[in-house]
Amino acid sequence: MLRSRIIPCLLLHDGGLVKTQNFKDAKYVGDPINAVKIFNEKEADELMVLDIDASVKGVEPDFKLIEKLAAECRMPLCYGGGVSCAEQAAKIVAMGVEKVAVSAAAIENPVLLTEMAAAVGRQSVVAVLDVRKKKGFFSKGSEVCTHNATRVVKQDPITLARSLQDAGAGEIVVNFVDHDGMMQGYELDYASEFKQALSVPVTFLGGAGTLDHISQLVQRLGVVGAAAGSLFVFKGKYRAVLINYPNPQKKLDLCRDAVGING
Amino acid sequence: MIRIIDYGVGNIQAFLTLFKRSGISAAKASAADDLQDATRLVLPGVGHFDHAMQRLNDSGMKPELERLVLQESVPVIGICVGMQMLADSSDEGTLPGLGWVPGRVKSFASDPVTAGLPMPHMGWNTLNIKPSSSLFQSGFDDEPQFYFLHSYYFDAKDKSDVAASAHYGADFDVVVSRGHIHGVQCHPEKSHHWGVQLLKNFAEFG
Repeated sequence: MLRSRIIPCLLLHDGGLVKTQNFKDAKYVGDPINAVKIFNEKEADELMVLDIDASVKGVEPDFKLIEKLAAECRMPLCYGGGVSCAEQAAKIVAMGVEKVAVSAAAIENPVLLTEMAAAVGRQSVVAVLDVRKKKGFFSKGSEVCTHNATRVVKQDPITLARSLQDAGAGEIVVNFVDHDGMMQGYELDYASEFKQALSVPVTFLGGAGTLDHISQLVQRLGVVGAAAGSLFVFKGKYRAVLINYPNPQKKLDLCRDAVGING
Repeated sequence: MIRIIDYGVGNIQAFLTLFKRSGISAAKASAADDLQDATRLVLPGVGHFDHAMQRLNDSGMKPELERLVLQESVPVIGICVGMQMLADSSDEGTLPGLGWVPGRVKSFASDPVTAGLPMPHMGWNTLNIKPSSSLFQSGFDDEPQFYFLHSYYFDAKDKSDVAASAHYGADFDVVVSRGHIHGVQCHPEKSHHWGVQLLKNFAEFG
């Protein structure tokens, strides 16, 4: 039986790893290569590494660092940040990265996903949507934002997710900005709506503070990707940096609840 | 030494790193001359079937590979699309496969039982193994979990070639072994200790 994936999400900033809250207050948590080594030992399901500087600064991905990460990584790796054309995606996949994530560039130009899928296969193409509650006193509903939540996209988030799927994405990652770093649980209702609307695998990020939060997501949605940042890099209420990950038996227990719901 | 076939498709570095860490001598082969010292062969592959077949056809290595595998009986393992290339043909493309293991590559989407499931089949799944298979001869006492990322699967014509299967909506063939010719749909190079063990077994018993 296929089981849910429990995915540490690491953010790259100025060459180091950081963790944010609501996309702000980046706190340094360590060296990326060292973190990959620790997650290797813990046999993590998959790793997601997002460079949060590249798109904002308009620079291309740090290929040297990606090559080092890929060589060290003994689990599937998804890289995102600064990818703006299919050639870059092909270069990253050739380095041994399983999946390449794009956000702003694909939202502005969904054909990018089609071109990436043609170059590396759609199973290696991931679209990331940063979703938050609309700001403003009278606003209702949610919106997608880009460039570390500094720009807003007009389209409805679920409609947009579906169009990115149709354009060539083989996986959609939904990142709930308002829950980022809050460790209070995933946004389950809205996550369920995304899952039902899409036919590719969906991964949720933002809000997990305990393994119970992951269990809640899996119980509610079935086989799903459950990604988290803070949960796997902080310990205790003072947010001391300590990389951690559930052991294999704990991981199976967390996912067992969902077995049989689909797949 | 183990030669990993480098024809511009697939994750060569991950295999080199894994074999090196396991103390097994391995290097890539980018031309027919590089294949002369091969005692075992790894055929990786990702992406589209026809693209991978075309690249292999263009690499100049295919005639020598066929000679080594079919006449010299050098053990070979195809991984992911590399496994699918062992088949006669694929629903994903029009080019013929290598035809080393009888079978056809089919799409989950074309089977009504699996058509409604999320595609690609992505993540960790449990393998039901045939313990007598050389690839599982040693170190597979626990329930093996492997990483998958694919939408097409190998459907072996002769089911006695099947060394492991998994379930995604329906059972499908994951590992085939026909004598010294092996194929693995999942990614042993990204499947932690289970994958390392499978590749060690290939290096020793394959």
